[in-house]
Amino acid sequence: MTKEECRKLVTEIIADIAPDEDLSNLKPDVRLRDQLQLDSMDFLDIVMELRKRHGIEVPEADYIQLASLDSCAEYLTPKFNGLAARG
Amino acid sequence: MARQNSLARPTRRVSDRPYHTMKQSRIAITGLGLTAPNGNTLAEYRQNLLTGVSGVELIEVRYMGAQPAGVCHFDPLKYQKKKDVRIGTRAGSISIHCAREALADSGLNWETFDKSRAGIYLGITEHGNVETENEIYNLSLFKHDTKFWSHHHNPRTVANNPAGEVSLNLGVTGPAYTLGAACAAGNLGLIHAAQMLRLGEVDVAFAGGVSESIGTFGIFAAFKSQGALASHPDPTKASRPFDKKRNGIVVSEGGCIYTMERLEDAVARGARIYGEVGGYCVNSDATDYVLPNSVRQAECIRRALAHAGLEAADIDIVNTHATATPQGDIQECQAIREVFAGCEGVNINNTKSFIGHAMGAAGALELAGNLPSFNDLTVHPTINVDELDPQCELPGLVLNQPRKAKRVDAILNNSFGMLGINSVLIILRYRG
Repeated sequence: MTKEECRKLVTEIIADIAPDEDLSNLKPDVRLRDQLQLDSMDFLDIVMELRKRHGIEVPEADYIQLASLDSCAEYLTPKFNGLAARG
Repeated sequence: MARQNSLARPTRRVSDRPYHTMKQSRIAITGLGLTAPNGNTLAEYRQNLLTGVSGVELIEVRYMGAQPAGVCHFDPLKYQKKKDVRIGTRAGSISIHCAREALADSGLNWETFDKSRAGIYLGITEHGNVETENEIYNLSLFKHDTKFWSHHHNPRTVANNPAGEVSLNLGVTGPAYTLGAACAAGNLGLIHAAQMLRLGEVDVAFAGGVSESIGTFGIFAAFKSQGALASHPDPTKASRPFDKKRNGIVVSEGGCIYTMERLEDAVARGARIYGEVGGYCVNSDATDYVLPNSVRQAECIRRALAHAGLEAADIDIVNTHATATPQGDIQECQAIREVFAGCEGVNINNTKSFIGHAMGAAGALELAGNLPSFNDLTVHPTINVDELDPQCELPGLVLNQPRKAKRVDAILNNSFGMLGINSVLIILRYRG
């Protein structure tokens, strides 16, 4: 998986978590909270959806890695690829 | 004769009113909002009640297949964001829809109103079954590993959820809670609001009842196990109180919320007044978990009449609770037969025959279906009675076709629930 593909998967989750938001101009390097109406419960939803849809675990200490689309891609892409490698 | 005295300005004897000896504010209904299986506005709902249009349809119930149920078709996005619908509950969405519609209908200036002086009092039969079943089902897809259990579960299932969602939506900072009273709850919402207004706790109450119960298979399955779940090849005929072939309850969702105010406040702001709280009673059977008790039901009706300073003959419409269970309908008819013996002018009807049993919303919704009778002097019928059960025969039953009434000045609304809770509410025509 590329980082771009990872950003796309995360954006799909955010679209479900924040369905009223316009995501068409989301800046990947800007904190999601600075661009969208997201609160801590929404980030818990993102964590839950990563777990449910993709089997990805994000420990609480790493929640900060989900701050922006770029940081999500940086943190999650190896996890996705690790899962893929394990089959 | 009793009517002229009592309705003009009741002359009440203290002995008739053992628990109400002090002068009390009169309480007015000044707005209402609803969603019923056969209508999302009072006008649409009433029109369908007068033209025999049922709101019952077949739905797929988890593990049980197709079942008749009353489904509401309002648009939640009229008053909520998609995210709030996702996070909240169906009962919350129903409550917000009804409260917003009631507010608009009331003509209150919400911009300037002190939100700390508003209260939200919503009757519920149950709350949380839908959300809990959904979570458990979701968990079953993940080998019952509880790390897949949603953090939204608790705010969705706390008993005050429907009222709390309304407080969030309207910005109400006064008291907002639900009243659990099984299927007597809809009336209880209004009764409790009248009490809080009289105590001066709030200046405006959003009061009524709500239900999301069609989302829980458990309620359908439990009624089925009890032999009390309706079935019929035609879902619109499944809810048939008083019919000889009735076979149980049609589970429905719905909601009805009223704005209620002290009459002097309502008059001072020139509000339209739908009716005035005449009297009420809440009591308990103390006899059985499920089976109703006609003696206590009759007692509840008599106490509500006494509370209103009325006699049985003063009542023009009795809206029955009857749910179409074989025994329950007979019990209520016994109670009505005893209290209203010799009252030839009383009209007796049933709204569940159109919409099924809207549980916590039932009392409030069924009252709403009858309030227009103050203006059009027409009593909506009980439909689906092909062959009247002789044990349900009452002189004033309005069967299958609406009936014109000579007068409609007082409506008595019955709502009874499991664990033997009974609520009776009397609403009077407002006469100034």
